[in-house]
Amino acid sequence: MKNTLNRTQINDVIFNGFNGIFMLLLIVVMLYPFLNTVAISFNDGLDSVKGGIYLWPRIFSLQSYKAVFFGGAVYHAFFISVARTVIATVLNIFITTMLSYALSRREYILRKFITVIVVLTMYFNAGLIPYYLLYKSLGLRNSFLVYIIPTMISAFNMVVIRTYIRTLPESMVESARIDGAGEFRIFLRIIFPLCKPILATVALFVAVWQWNQWFDTFIYNSGVQNLSTMQYELMKLLTSTTSANSNPSLVGGVGATGATNLVTPISIRSAITVVAAVPMIIVYPFLQNYFVVGLAVGSIKE
Amino acid sequence: MTMDAIDLERYRTTVLSRKKSFWTTLLKQKQLVFMSVPVLLYIILFFYVPTLGWVMAFQNFQPAKGFLHSAWVGLSNFRVLFADADFYRDFRNSICMSSLNLVFSFSTSIVLALLLNEIKNRFFKRAVQTISYLPHFLSWVIVCSLVVSTLSLDGAVNQLLLGLGIIQKPVVWLGQGNYFWGILTSANVWKEVGWNTIIYLAAIAAIDPALYEAAVMDGASRFQKMRYITLPGIKTTFVILLIMSIGWIMQAGFEPQYLLRNGMNIDFAETLDLYIIKYGFQMSNFSLATAAGILMSTINIAMLLTANYIAKKVGEERLI
Repeated sequence: MKNTLNRTQINDVIFNGFNGIFMLLLIVVMLYPFLNTVAISFNDGLDSVKGGIYLWPRIFSLQSYKAVFFGGAVYHAFFISVARTVIATVLNIFITTMLSYALSRREYILRKFITVIVVLTMYFNAGLIPYYLLYKSLGLRNSFLVYIIPTMISAFNMVVIRTYIRTLPESMVESARIDGAGEFRIFLRIIFPLCKPILATVALFVAVWQWNQWFDTFIYNSGVQNLSTMQYELMKLLTSTTSANSNPSLVGGVGATGATNLVTPISIRSAITVVAAVPMIIVYPFLQNYFVVGLAVGSIKE
Repeated sequence: MTMDAIDLERYRTTVLSRKKSFWTTLLKQKQLVFMSVPVLLYIILFFYVPTLGWVMAFQNFQPAKGFLHSAWVGLSNFRVLFADADFYRDFRNSICMSSLNLVFSFSTSIVLALLLNEIKNRFFKRAVQTISYLPHFLSWVIVCSLVVSTLSLDGAVNQLLLGLGIIQKPVVWLGQGNYFWGILTSANVWKEVGWNTIIYLAAIAAIDPALYEAAVMDGASRFQKMRYITLPGIKTTFVILLIMSIGWIMQAGFEPQYLLRNGMNIDFAETLDLYIIKYGFQMSNFSLATAAGILMSTINIAMLLTANYIAKKVGEERLI
């Protein structure tokens, strides 16, 4: 008896040890590529081409960041990215929550009809070309509005928020109604503030999606430099280096000899990567509790 | 006769009053109507109206002529599609990359969830989780930028393999087609594995602790508890997620493939999404691109329904 107990204890220690080591390796694999890019972005451009930079810059330089923020195009793109993310997220959250509230009212006579129409959109997709033709005919091409208008509502988020609203006590809505409050007032003053936890999750999803988009810029706005976004600028740099040669760092070296400043494609790409990633990296750990709960609500089968 | 007349009269009054009551209710609920009907119209315009564009697949669509005046060509676009060698190549690439992704992202995220569940130190567990979510929040552009640096001649992968003596000189990973599927699957797993564990950890947390206590009393080992309690406990979640993923089997994605492809790996990198972009936007053949899109959607729906049917047959939880 004593022997077997010892053996399971030893097994536990071995298992926990290996598990811990595995987790540490996982942390390294998850973080290293990013930390390496941060190091390269702070390193002198020409020196980076030689390679051999791991976690710390060899010759410290802010040249790449200067090029990003004083270079004009990327600086402007940063603000377009911020603008589209903020405006689209606010609008999307407000409209989706308003619809969720209306569809959470059991007495609403159009509730079933509208719910079916909305939920069905999750299961089919008209395809790229039909969307393109529609947006073009609505005048959304070469326009900032293409970032905002097509993404004003999401059926999945509607289901998540509606599920959450249904868990709120109905008596609050009823007492407000007895006090003479209309539906708008109930929605704005009571339901919207109470939905904060789930809205934090949904807003994070929407904002991440918006911030990370480059494809809509590529398809609809690639002709207008003023409407370019951060991710699209990075995408242009990335495809120009990968398709020109399979070894981007060498291309960087060739490009740099002709350049007037000490910025090479590899260093500027690293700097843009960091700038594009940092807003998300700062935001998500604070919302971690929310999105873990939010995903659990979202997975409830309707 | 009289009975019929009475029935007719009763019918009229009930239908009319029901009609009337529908409109009076609607009028009473006008605030809810204002909150939802404009959104409904928006959804119809932006999600339902574009499906009318599917008629392009059966036309020789020319933007200048529009839907009404373009010539109808029956199924000839589909015939062109099936005669195109690139279509088969891209079809194969889509199926293979999304199957690889399905197998590896499911297996790795379940294993990671099981291992995370065994960590007793809450702070360490939380730190690992937070770090493992990180890549999910980065765009494909950023991830591909990291992939390109990691796989470059002096990147981490070549350095590591050289250091271990596995290779003698640096490998140009993105310059050879046969590495592409592996690179893409690894990038996918790296990006999403942490995120995918959230839902499994939630399912594990919902398992009744009494089951584990009873198992300990019976002398079950750690692996027996995993095998007989934890895995059956997350089976429902697994099956639902699997059916949903199978419904997206043709969507192998296009962002990483678009960003990482080059002249040397294109035979393995181009998916059907890229095929549609190529024909639709670079060659302005909207009809052929739409036909390919319809084919993809049809296969997706067929796969979804088949998976759902099989799950039902074998007595598993199902989506629909």
